[in-house]
Amino acid sequence: MNIAVVVRQVPDLVEPLEIDASGAALDVDEVEFLINETDDHALEQALLLKESGGGSITVVAIDFGQVDDVLYTAAAKGADRIVKIPYDDDDRPPRPAEAAAMIAEAVKDIDAELVLVGSSAHDELEGVLAPLLALKLELPYLGVIRGVKPGEGGSVTAFKEFPGAAMAQMNVKLPAVLGILAADQPPRYVPVSRIRAAMKSTEFEEKETAAAVPEPNVTVLRMHHPEPSGRAEMLTGSEDEVAARLAEILKEKGVVQ
Amino acid sequence: MSAQDILVLAEVNQDAVADITFELLGGARELAGATGGQVVAVLLGHDVAKHAESLSAADRLIVIDDEQLADFSPAPYLAVLESLVGSEGPRAVLAGSTTIGLDVAPMLGAKLNAPVVNACQQVAVEGDLLKITAAICGGKVLAEVEVSASPAVLLILPGSFRPTEETGAATVESRPSPVELHRGAVTFEKMILPAPGDVDITQQDVLVAVGRGIQQEDNMKVAEELAAVLGGELAASRPIIDQGWLPTTRQVGKSGMIVKPKCFIALGVSGAPEHVEGMKDSELIIAVNTDPGAPIFDVADYGVVADLLDVAPALTEAIK
Repeated sequence: MNIAVVVRQVPDLVEPLEIDASGAALDVDEVEFLINETDDHALEQALLLKESGGGSITVVAIDFGQVDDVLYTAAAKGADRIVKIPYDDDDRPPRPAEAAAMIAEAVKDIDAELVLVGSSAHDELEGVLAPLLALKLELPYLGVIRGVKPGEGGSVTAFKEFPGAAMAQMNVKLPAVLGILAADQPPRYVPVSRIRAAMKSTEFEEKETAAAVPEPNVTVLRMHHPEPSGRAEMLTGSEDEVAARLAEILKEKGVVQ
Repeated sequence: MSAQDILVLAEVNQDAVADITFELLGGARELAGATGGQVVAVLLGHDVAKHAESLSAADRLIVIDDEQLADFSPAPYLAVLESLVGSEGPRAVLAGSTTIGLDVAPMLGAKLNAPVVNACQQVAVEGDLLKITAAICGGKVLAEVEVSASPAVLLILPGSFRPTEETGAATVESRPSPVELHRGAVTFEKMILPAPGDVDITQQDVLVAVGRGIQQEDNMKVAEELAAVLGGELAASRPIIDQGWLPTTRQVGKSGMIVKPKCFIALGVSGAPEHVEGMKDSELIIAVNTDPGAPIFDVADYGVVADLLDVAPALTEAIK
């Protein structure tokens, strides 16, 4: 099975997120980028499908942030081809509709039977890339998927998450785009030595796109950090002092005897 | 039908109207009050007319009954909504940021060339504009946006609006699908419910929930030991479930389990809206996180800015 996997960069939420001078966007110069977690799962799902049934994996990414690191890691994990789409604007990541238009053009040339992409990204504000990509490719879409198994007769079985830990088992005829929430197993670890080796042996294919970029129809006026509610009583002191106070609280509230 | 109406995409899960739908109706009522339009709920499915009464807080309820809509699949839903929203021409479409809304709403917006805003927490009407506050980056950043075009397609985070308790007198319009529907490339086979046997975290008095701050699987024992001395059980936020460190039955959040224990201890849980929606009604919430700006402190009763790997073992010892 020929699989295309789309990967993106998102801000690392462990690091502080600064707002830029415009007051209406994240300051990308101050942001640490890493692979969008659900895209990482999409890559893992592709690797699992390839391992079970053969085929090839092409990873596609827009050249933004520190995407090269992500792409070399993907190559080290087992991606066969890497396609990078040039992107001129260093100051802002592409909006989902913009990214969908660009990525669709690159994916069309790959002749993939299955396109896997993270079902969402935490910085998506104006739409969601995964379903928009399917629309651009004129392919069926199903998202919020936890696991994909090879099926019969040119199909796959996808497991779609529903509330209450329920999952819908769905048959998806290929070609199709699936929005992955989580792979059948967590993304694999790859040693740094293999990434270094991939940096020497991997050549990125650059794919210029001339996609018509849709005009934004949402105006971002301001971005800011939420005001702390001040609800929590914050406990300070050494670990033992804090633990002793918490134990008292748990006793006062009748949680422990 | 008016250009000031607010259209709500109703959801039914496992034969019951989903909670998010009552929240959307509550939000839609306020918005329609400001626009002077009506609240129009849309219910898609097969044999779903029985749910009409519980959706009567809308002014109008449009029920589209078709065998092809019996179980969710994006394409037929999208085809019906594109036609319906096109003919109704509302001011806004409210969909939940759910497994159904996330599949359909972005494509609906694109098909109608309409603005789409994700992760909406607040929506207000100001003249010809809709002013929206969206919570992005796991709730760590709020984006204030405005849209002028109608309809706007808004994906609403669960917990954003007070659920309506009104039982109005909606006019029910049962209609066949406005477009011919076909079995597409995506077909439902069966619903897999959680296997019995694991602990039901919705029934526990004490939950110790772990998040990304636990860092690695080996550290889970720190939380297990605390849960054991408290006579409680382990729960988790989504990243831990996605790592496979706990089964999906332990996931707290809008797409996992909604829990209301007597005591909820959040260890290294940042408090993304998805998670908070599943635990905010717990009686006592204690949060430990290294990030003083973590949104979990906004719902906690007591907070500690520290590494859970230091605090949790100390607390276990203190309780012993």
